[in-house]
Parts: sequence; C-alpha cells; structure tokens
Amino acid sequence: MGAAQPKGVHMSVLRSLSRALVAAAFGLALAAPVEARTLRWSASGDPNTLDPHSQNLGTVTMILGQVYEALIHRGQNLRLEPGLATAWRTVEPTRWRFELRRGVKFHDGADFTADDVVFSIGRARQPTSNYGIYVNTIDRVEKVDDFTVDIVTKAPDPILPNKIATVFMMDQGWAERNSATRPQNTRDREEMHTVRNTNGTGPFRMQTREPDVRTVLVRNQAWWGWANPAHNSNLTEILYRPISSDATRIAALLSGEVDFVLDPPPQDIARLRGNNAVRVVEGPEVRTIFFVMDVDRAELLYSDVKGRNPFKDIRVRRALYHAIDINAIQRVVMRGLSVPTGTLFPPQVNGHAVEEDVRLPHDPAAARRLLAEAGYPNGFEVTLDCPNNRYINDEQVCQAVVAMWARIGVRARLNAMPLQTYFPKIQRRDSSLYMMGWGVPTLDALYSFQGLIASRDSPVGGGASSWNFGGYSNAEVDRLVGMMVSETDQAKRNAAIRQALRLYREDVPQIPLHHQVIPWAVRSNVQITHMANNQPDMRWTRID
Amino acid sequence: MSAAPRSPGRLARLLDSDIAYSFLHSPVALPSALVALLCIGGALLAPWIAPHDPFDLAGLNLLDAFTPPVFMPEGRLGFLLGTDDQGRDLLSTIMHGARISLLVGFSAVLFAMTLGVAIGLLAGYVGGSLDAVLMRIADIKLTFPTILIALLIDGVVRAALPRELHDRVALPVVIFSIGFANWVQFARTVRGSTLVEKNKEYVQAARVIGLHPLRIMASHVLPNVLGPVLVIATLNLGFAILAEATLSFLGVGVPPTQPSLGTLIRIGNDFLFSGEWWITVFPGLALVTMVLSINLLGDWLRDALNPKLR
Repeated sequence: MGAAQPKGVHMSVLRSLSRALVAAAFGLALAAPVEARTLRWSASGDPNTLDPHSQNLGTVTMILGQVYEALIHRGQNLRLEPGLATAWRTVEPTRWRFELRRGVKFHDGADFTADDVVFSIGRARQPTSNYGIYVNTIDRVEKVDDFTVDIVTKAPDPILPNKIATVFMMDQGWAERNSATRPQNTRDREEMHTVRNTNGTGPFRMQTREPDVRTVLVRNQAWWGWANPAHNSNLTEILYRPISSDATRIAALLSGEVDFVLDPPPQDIARLRGNNAVRVVEGPEVRTIFFVMDVDRAELLYSDVKGRNPFKDIRVRRALYHAIDINAIQRVVMRGLSVPTGTLFPPQVNGHAVEEDVRLPHDPAAARRLLAEAGYPNGFEVTLDCPNNRYINDEQVCQAVVAMWARIGVRARLNAMPLQTYFPKIQRRDSSLYMMGWGVPTLDALYSFQGLIASRDSPVGGGASSWNFGGYSNAEVDRLVGMMVSETDQAKRNAAIRQALRLYREDVPQIPLHHQVIPWAVRSNVQITHMANNQPDMRWTRID
Repeated sequence: MSAAPRSPGRLARLLDSDIAYSFLHSPVALPSALVALLCIGGALLAPWIAPHDPFDLAGLNLLDAFTPPVFMPEGRLGFLLGTDDQGRDLLSTIMHGARISLLVGFSAVLFAMTLGVAIGLLAGYVGGSLDAVLMRIADIKLTFPTILIALLIDGVVRAALPRELHDRVALPVVIFSIGFANWVQFARTVRGSTLVEKNKEYVQAARVIGLHPLRIMASHVLPNVLGPVLVIATLNLGFAILAEATLSFLGVGVPPTQPSLGTLIRIGNDFLFSGEWWITVFPGLALVTMVLSINLLGDWLRDALNPKLR
C-alpha cells in the first residue's frame, strides 16, 4: 500500500503530463502557420470607433478595410474590381443587379448571403450612419435569391458602384445578436458592441483591440481572395500602434520597432530618403485640406462679435482667404510636400477644372481693406478648431495661419486637439471655424459637393452624413448638385460640375489650402503599394 | 577726543558674518548665484529686454522659420539662437518660457512650503495622535513618486472640468499638483526641529505665561525652525521647475499659448531628426543651466547653515 500509492500518483502525473503535451503540440500545429510574419504599422491617430457605418473617416476605414469587405473592391490603381459581388450591371436605368460571391464566410463562421447585403445597406442608411452619402440615392434593396441582390435607386445613378465600393458588409445575425442593428452614434460617444468588436469577411480578423494602444489583426486563412495570385500578401499578423509624436514615430521606424509609418512628417522625409534601412514610398493623396467657416448661425460661438456673424459677409471670408500665404506654408510647414489649391478637390477626381483651380492671391492689404469695408476695421476674435493627429502637420498649419490672420487683425485662438475629441466636436456643430481634410474615395466630384457644399437639408445634400457643418447653403449650387446626381449625359454633367466649381471659387464657402502629397515610409524589407486614397491595402503587402 | 564707538551697520554686520565669508570664498556659491541671477533676471525682464515679442502673432513671419543660430552659415544676426518652426525668435521665446517656468516653480514651492510648514509645526508641537496621523499620511504620500502624484492630480482635474476651462485653470492646477507633491519634506523637517525647540526654556516660559498655542507656534517656534526650511525650499525650486518641464513635455502642463521651457523642448523634439536641433537643444540648455545653478546654490546654503560642517 505504502509503495502502491506513490506509483499511482506517479502514473497519473505522467498521464496528465502526456495529455498536456499532446494538447500543446496539437494546439501549436493549429495556431502556428508556416512562418509568422508580422507587419508592425504606425500612424499618428487611432480609429475612434470600429463600427463599420459610424464614421466616414480615413483613420477608421484604413483599419476596417482589412477586416470588412464591400461588394466591390478597389484595385491597386483604385479601379473597381469584383469583391463580395462577382458581377454587377443595370437591368433597368434605376435598377442595379449584383451577383454575390458564393461560399464566403464571416469570421465567426456564418455564411454571407443576400440578406446580409440588404441588412448592411439598410444599416448604412440609418440616421446614425455617417455613410449616408454613399447610399442616399438608393430607394430600396431587394433580395432576388440567396446570391442575387437588386439595388433600386430613386433616379438613375451612374456612379452607384463607386459608392457601393465603400459600404462594408456585416452579418445580419451577428448584428442582431449584439443589438447593433443601427450604427453607433459617435457624436454622443455612444458605447455599443461594434465599437470594439468586428465580424467581417475580409483577409484579416481582429484579434485584440485596445483603443489608443494597439490593435492586432491576424490573417484569415479562409479568406476567399487568397486564391487570387494578385493577393500575394505573406503577412500573418498586423500590429497597429498609434504614435502621436512625430519624432517618436520616426525613431520607432528607424530603430526597427515598427515596419511601416503611414504618415511620416514632411520635415523628416529627406532624412528617411538618405537612410538605407528604410524606403520612402512616394505618391499623391486624393485629399484636400481647407478651413470651414460657420456661415449659418446668427452669432458665432467662441467669438467677441455679438449679435451678428461676420462669416455671413463674403468680404470677411475673402479677407481671411487673402491673408493666407499658401506658398510660405507649402515651403516651410509642408517642406514642399503639398499642392496649393484654390478648388475643392484634386485633379484625379472626375470633374476637376484647371481654370477653376485659382486661389485668391496673398494680399494682406486687400484683406485689411475688405475687413474695414465689412465693418471690422480692428478685426475680431474667433476660435479656430484644429486636429493635431489627423492631417499632415495639421496643428502647425493652423498655427501658421493664426499668425497670418493676426497680421490683418483677426485674432484667432487656436484650439488644437486629438481626433477622438475633434471630430465629435465639429459633428455637434460646436465650432465657428475649423480645419477639415476631404478625401474622395469615389473619385467623382459629386462626393465632395454632396458631402461638403450642398445644403444640409436639401434633398441632394448629405443629410445626416453631410459634413457641411459650416451650414453653407446656395440654391444654385443645390440645383447643380441635383444635376450631378441624375444627369446621365457626361458632357452636361461635367458642365454642371464646372459651374458649381466656379460658384465655389467666387462665393468662398470654404478657404481651400492644399492637396496632400503623402509619402509612406517602410523598412526596406516591406513591399507595399502606395494608394492615392491613403488606405494601405494589406492584401498585397509583403514583408521579407 | 576719540570718535564715539559706532555700532556697525546692518550691511557691515552681514558682510562680516560667517555666511557672507563662506559665500565669498566658496568656489561654487558666487558663480552659481551669478548664473541663477542672470537666468532669473533675464526671465523677469523678458518683456522689456527680449529682442522680439514671441506672443505678438502679427510680428511673426513664417518665412523666418527654421533660421539656424547666428554662428551657423545661414544664421542671421536678428535671431541669435535661431528661430522655431513658426518663425519665433528662440532667444526671446526661451526668456518668456523661463518666466512661466519660474512662476510655476516659485509658486509651487511657496505652496508646498506653506502647507508643509503648517502641518509640520502642528504635528511637532501638538504631538500625540495628531502627530501620528499626520506623519502616517506623510509616509503614505512618500510611497508615491512625486511626478506620478502631479500627473494624477492634473489628470483628474482635466477629466472633471469642461475643456473650455482647461486653458484658464491649467497654470493653477500645475502649481497645485507640483506643490502638493512636495509638502512632505517640509513637514518632516519642521516637525523634527519643532520637537527639539518645544522643550527649550523659552517655549516653556511662553507656555507658562499662558500664551495661546497657535501664537507660540507662529511667533516663537516658527522663526527658529526656518533655517532648514530655506535650504529645502531652494533645493525644491530646482525640482519644481524640472517637474513643470516634465509635465509640459508630456503635454499636460501649462497651456501651449503660454509655452514654458518644457513645452518648448517638446515642440523642438519633433524636429530633432530633421536637423533643426537648436529648437530643442537651447531650451534644454537653458533649463539645465537654471536648475543646476539653483541646486548648487541650495547645496552651498545647506552646508553653510550646517554647524557641523563648519
């Protein structure tokens, strides 16, 4: 007995040990793919939500774009390619038919079907959605069979596929189980399941999400698209870490702590170019930076002008515009990495007109004269809201402009903040004067006019997804935007765009600054394709 | 007729004292006092003697930005130490920044001293359970790193107050958080000295004639325990300035519209890699010089006032 007991213990320990070993070996075999390849990626800001229809922001979509997919993808040159839909065509002028890909599964294992498409587009059309601009021409979405969907538009919509390429598909069942059938209300900082959790069909799945610290995506081996040789990524894991300090971010890249910096500061580009361990991937961005003035309220917030709104006077808007020395900003703040502009969007966008891309000249004397004529000979005080981790050198540009305005007597107080507080603030319309950058994912003028210039409450305006927080409203512009929406004759439509661009130039609803030129920086063992929408696509990113 | 023996004047008496002798003959005291005086004087007089006004936005020219210091090939005489990313003259900005740093430093030390001396006196003189409680609180306080406490207070206030108020209260909050993080040293020292003093005859005499304990503490004990407090205050000034710079470097200190030395170092940090080293190095040097000279002065004062070291 005395001898048997130890033996028994011994045996059982051995047995459990061997069981554990087998389990561990099995687990390892399952977990470890051929070879672990992690891309450590950094940029200045962190997504303020993971809800796929809540924030139409580049910082959000650049992460979600690896996890979720749209019916239509964009290729390396931004051309439309089959995504979750294999084909699409118009069966009637207002009816688009999408053939869905079969056998696609969400990350939780659910099947992707027509019901999910109907649900997702419906979700993007809800009032809390920020994606209305992509779906507001849609009248209804009809399921034809499990793998065919019809999208019926209110009027013929020639660029519907361009817009659909930006609407992510969710699983209806997952959303319903987690009470997330409508998008999160980011303005009010609502908490819900989709803020931190995802369930897409894309090439990577979310493994860890710690807001402002790190986000880990792992390869979805079951993704349908890996069969396509163009999707030659060898990444098994993506680690995203926001680093807001420019110097720290670049130091991390140089020391090999991160592999990819999306937004290297312009002042460091020269140094990065001279370093053999890193490579600068050049390319323009389809994004324009500008200032928006509140032209709607009777009295400005955060200003010393009481009883009236100086920005309602076009002379004041022109004065602020005349005061800006854009060439100095381009040379000193942007180190040449910007294209000064006088228009709403860059040349890559359909409808761009060179003759409308003309700035009001830098002329402080004229600016002071205009201010005096408008009744502000001594200027006035106003607060300029500005993000400090969203656009290239955003805060520095604002600082420079504040000094330029000071020279014509406009005392602008700079209120710079991180994007997590900045965007909810301006979306609450809690600002009189703010900086904005607008990328054009559809590569068509309508997107900019609808999102920024058309009256908020007009039928052609963006409605709840409008970013026209300055409240600009011009009936003639609205009429022209209406033509952009439904005119199918390209020549007539482009004429309407040109006319609207002229009004934009003459009426100064915004003060345009520049188009961003946005080089990316990678360690030299990373192969990545620069995308003009500034949305890195990991489907064809490799690390050696 | 011989001249009436004149009692020496105040100045003469001071010059004749041990302290003055030590000051004039110490290898560090005089130079460091001179440097500290230069820093403080430059900071205090900044609005009148600085070559430019860095807060006058209308006077800034973006095209002046990134001008290197005057001794470099592209340097310009108008900007001795060069300019920052917005075209501000660095020398003027440093002088104005040092003003904010000194303001925060002095105020924080004054606050810590007032709080610490009061608590120390009370604990030492009253003794008993009050002493035990106050000193245990001090012990607990000592287990936290001071910068952590300052960060904590700062963070809590920021979270509690609406954003619009932040800029207005930032300066008092920084002063409070640094001051609050530093009172223990004062309290400990004063308590120790008070314990010694309270058993001396003059205090007993005061007690016997029925003076109120508060009066005894304030006018009899306090003047006799102030010597070491002065030393700690000087040494603490250097620390408080550094703490403010740390907080501002982390972006939670004074508002960017009133840049202190720490803020300037943080701004310049973004340009370290791109070759514009002067934007961060000169404010850093200014900070080091100022704190070093004040600390050396404090060290000397400690030695000079310590009878055992004489």
